Amino acid sequence: MNYVKTGKILVSLAVALMAATVLSPASAFAAKDNIVLGVALEPPNLDPTSNAAAAIDEVVYANVFEGLTRIGPNGEVLPALAESWDISEDGKVYTFHLHEGVKFHDGTDFNSEDVVFSLDRARGEDSTNAQKGLFKAIESVEAVDPSTVKVTLSSPQGGFLFNMGWGDAVMVAPESAATNNENPVGTGPFKFSKWNKGSSIEIVRNDDYWGDKVALAKAEFRIIPDAAAATSALLAGDVDGFSNFPAPEAVPQFEADPNFALVIGSTEGETILAMNNKKPPFDNLKVRQAISHAIDRQAIIDGAMFGFGTPIGTHFAPHHPAYRADLIDMYPHDVAKAKELLVEAGYADGFKATLKLPPPTYARRGGEIIASQLREVGIDLEIIPLEWKQWLEGPFKAKDFDLTIVSHTEPMDIGIYANPDYYFQYGTDEAKAIMAKLDATTDTEARYKLLGDMQELITKDAVNAYLFELAKIGVWNAKVEGLWTNSPIQANDLTGVKWKD
Amino acid sequence: MSWFIARRLLSLAVTLLLATVVIFAVLEIVPGDPARLMLGINATDDAVATLREQLGLNQPVLMRYLSWIAGMFQGDLGHSFTYGSPVAELIGERIVVSLPLALMALAISTAIAIPVGIYAASRRGSATDTAIMAVTQFGIAVPNFWFALLLVYFFAIFLRWVPAGGFAGWDEGIASGFRSLLLPAVALALPQAAILSRVARSAIIEVLGEDFIRTARAKGLTRRAALWRHALRNALIPVVTIMGLQFAFLLAGTIIIENVFYLPGLGRLVYQAITQHDLPVVQGTVLFLVGFVVVTNFLVDITYAWIDPRLRRRGR
Repeated sequence: MNYVKTGKILVSLAVALMAATVLSPASAFAAKDNIVLGVALEPPNLDPTSNAAAAIDEVVYANVFEGLTRIGPNGEVLPALAESWDISEDGKVYTFHLHEGVKFHDGTDFNSEDVVFSLDRARGEDSTNAQKGLFKAIESVEAVDPSTVKVTLSSPQGGFLFNMGWGDAVMVAPESAATNNENPVGTGPFKFSKWNKGSSIEIVRNDDYWGDKVALAKAEFRIIPDAAAATSALLAGDVDGFSNFPAPEAVPQFEADPNFALVIGSTEGETILAMNNKKPPFDNLKVRQAISHAIDRQAIIDGAMFGFGTPIGTHFAPHHPAYRADLIDMYPHDVAKAKELLVEAGYADGFKATLKLPPPTYARRGGEIIASQLREVGIDLEIIPLEWKQWLEGPFKAKDFDLTIVSHTEPMDIGIYANPDYYFQYGTDEAKAIMAKLDATTDTEARYKLLGDMQELITKDAVNAYLFELAKIGVWNAKVEGLWTNSPIQANDLTGVKWKD
Repeated sequence: MSWFIARRLLSLAVTLLLATVVIFAVLEIVPGDPARLMLGINATDDAVATLREQLGLNQPVLMRYLSWIAGMFQGDLGHSFTYGSPVAELIGERIVVSLPLALMALAISTAIAIPVGIYAASRRGSATDTAIMAVTQFGIAVPNFWFALLLVYFFAIFLRWVPAGGFAGWDEGIASGFRSLLLPAVALALPQAAILSRVARSAIIEVLGEDFIRTARAKGLTRRAALWRHALRNALIPVVTIMGLQFAFLLAGTIIIENVFYLPGLGRLVYQAITQHDLPVVQGTVLFLVGFVVVTNFLVDITYAWIDPRLRRRGR
C-alpha cells in the first residue's frame, strides 16, 4: 500500500461519513401545533421573582406564571388569577376575588394562602426581588376566605393593579418557590418541560389549565445571540420567528419575502441622553436646553438604529394613550438656538465633558453621533465605553458621570423623575407633588392628565435629552398569528398564538 | 519512562495550582458587583445587600479562595450565581458538545492535512505542490467564521441538508447530534487543516534531506519507500506538537464558531459568565480549560517519548 492510496481511502471515508450524516432524514412534518421562537439572550434562570433579566419574562410571563392581574398587548391591565376586584373609597384596600379550581402545575391548589405567601415573600425583609419597589406600598395581605384576598396599602397607589401585573409579582407556591429558578411551577396555560442550557427552553400545553386552553401543544425558545446566525436560522426554517429580531440590518431581506411577516412595534424602552443634573455645567437649565436643541433625533435613529425607532419628546411610551406627542416640539433641532443658549449660560466657547456608554448598539453608535452633533455647538465630548457592570457601579450607583445614554425599558417608569437619588438626580418638589397626586388617583382620565403634566414638567426642565423609543422588530413566519406587535411589558405571550391553515 | 512520566505529572500539578491562584486573583481585581448586575437598575439597596450575603460575597477573599480549593477536591466547583446550578454540572453539559466538536474537527483536519502534506512533500516544487501551497495559504488567511457563513448559506439555507445551527442534545439521537456538529466541525477544521498540511509538508521535506534517508536511498529503496518507511515517523514530532496545540484551541477557542452556529459549548459558557459576572462559572470553566490544555500537553510529551526514544533518556 502506498501513501497516495492511503490518502484516497481517508478522503473517501471522510466523504462517506459526511454523506451518511447529511442524508439521514430531517424531522418529519406533522400538523403544526408547535412553534420555535428565537430569543437573543438566554435567561439566567426561570424565576421571574428573582432577577431583573427581561429574558426570564420573555419565556415564562403569561405562559408559565400568572399574577393577580396581567398586562395586555396594549399595556392595559387585565384580570388574571383575580377574576375581579373591589377598591375601597379611600383607595387603600384592594379586595381580590380569585378564580376557583386553579391548580399549580405540580397539582397543588392555588388559593388565597398562595397570594399571601407570594406577596409577603416578594416584599419581605430578606427578599431579593429585583422590583421590590412594586410592593412597598403594601401594608398587609390577608386571606379572607380561600378565594378572597384583602390587600391593604399604607397610602393609595393608583398604579397598584398595573404593578401586580408585572412578572416580578407573579403567584408562586410555597412548595415550589425555592426551585422555580430551575423548574418553574406556575398556574399558566403552559407547563415547563425542559431546558437545554445554552441551547433551548421548551414549554408544553397545560391540559389542566383553569381558563381557555391554548392552541399550541408545544413551544420552544431557541437561544441565538448572534445576529447573522438569527438571520440564517430564519432563512433555513430552523426557527419560526423572532419577537425581537436582533439584526435590523437584515430586515429588508425579510420585508421583501412573502414567507415572512415583518411587524414593527414599539417597546417600553425610552432611550435618553441622561445628564447629571447636580453636576456643573449640567445643573444649569440653559445648558440642558442647549443640548436638547443640539440633538437631531432622526439622524440618531437613522445612523444608529437602521431607521427603527420613534422620536420622543419626553420620557413616556408613544403607544400609551397618556403620551404627550406635542412635547417633541418644545426643543426642535436648532443649532443656532443651542449656541445662543450656551452663550446665555456663560459658555460662549463651549466646554468639555465625558459621555459614558454602556455596551448596547443604541448607546455605542448613538453616542458617536451625539458627540458629533454636540461638537457643532461647541461641546467637546470624550467618549468612554463601559461594560454593564462598570456602568452600574459608576454612572448608575455612584452618579459618576456627565452624560450617558441608556434605554429605560421598565414600563411606566416616569416615577424615577420624582426620586432625587436616582442617577440623573432630578426629583424636584414639583415632580414629587405630581407623582404623589397620581398615586392618590384611581380614575383613569384623571391619571392620564397627571401623567401628561409630569411629562410636560420633565420636558420643560430638559432633565435629560429624550431621544427615541426602542422599536420592537418582529419577524416571523407569515402563517403565524397572535404574537404581540408592541411590548408594553417584556414578554412573549403565546396564549393567543396559532398557525393559520 | 516512568521517571519521565512522574516528572511530567509533578509539573502538571504545580501548573494547575498556579493557575488557580492567577484565575482567582484576576477575577478579584475585575470591578463590578455581581448582585447589583443580577438585580438590575430598579433594585433596592437592601435587596442587593441580601443577595450579596446569599452569594457569600461578604466573606474575606482568602476564605473564599480556600473554600473554592477545598470544594474542588470533593469535585464541587461551587454554584453558578445566575443559573443557580452546580458549576461542574454546567461544564458537564457543555463538554458533551465541545469535546465531540473538537474531536470531529481534529479528525477532519488530520484526515485532510496528513495526506495533502505527504503528497505535496513528495512532489516538492511541482505545479501541484505550488497549487496546494497556494490553497493552504488561502485557508490560513480566511477566518473560520467566514467559511462557516458560506457553509451555512449553501448546506443549510440553499440545500437544507443540515440545520443552520443549534444543538438539540444527544438524547435526540446520535445522528441528529452529528448533523448539528458537522458544519461547525468542517468550518473549524479547514483553517486547521491548512496549517497542519503546511507543517507536515515542511517537516517531511526536512527529514527527506537527512543523511539516513540518503543511506536508505543508497541501499536501493525508491523515493517513495524511503519516505514511507523512514521519513514519516521522524516527521511526526512537529506534526503532533501542532495537533496538540490545535486540539486545545479547538476546545477552548471556538467561541466565534459557537456563536455563528449558536452551539451550547464551553466557549459560550465562559463568555456569557464573564458578561454576567458569574464568578464561580468563570473560575471553574477557565480552570477546567487550563487543566485540559495542561493534560493535552502532557499527553503530547508522552507521545514524543513514544515516537522518539531518545527523548525518554534525555528527560531522566
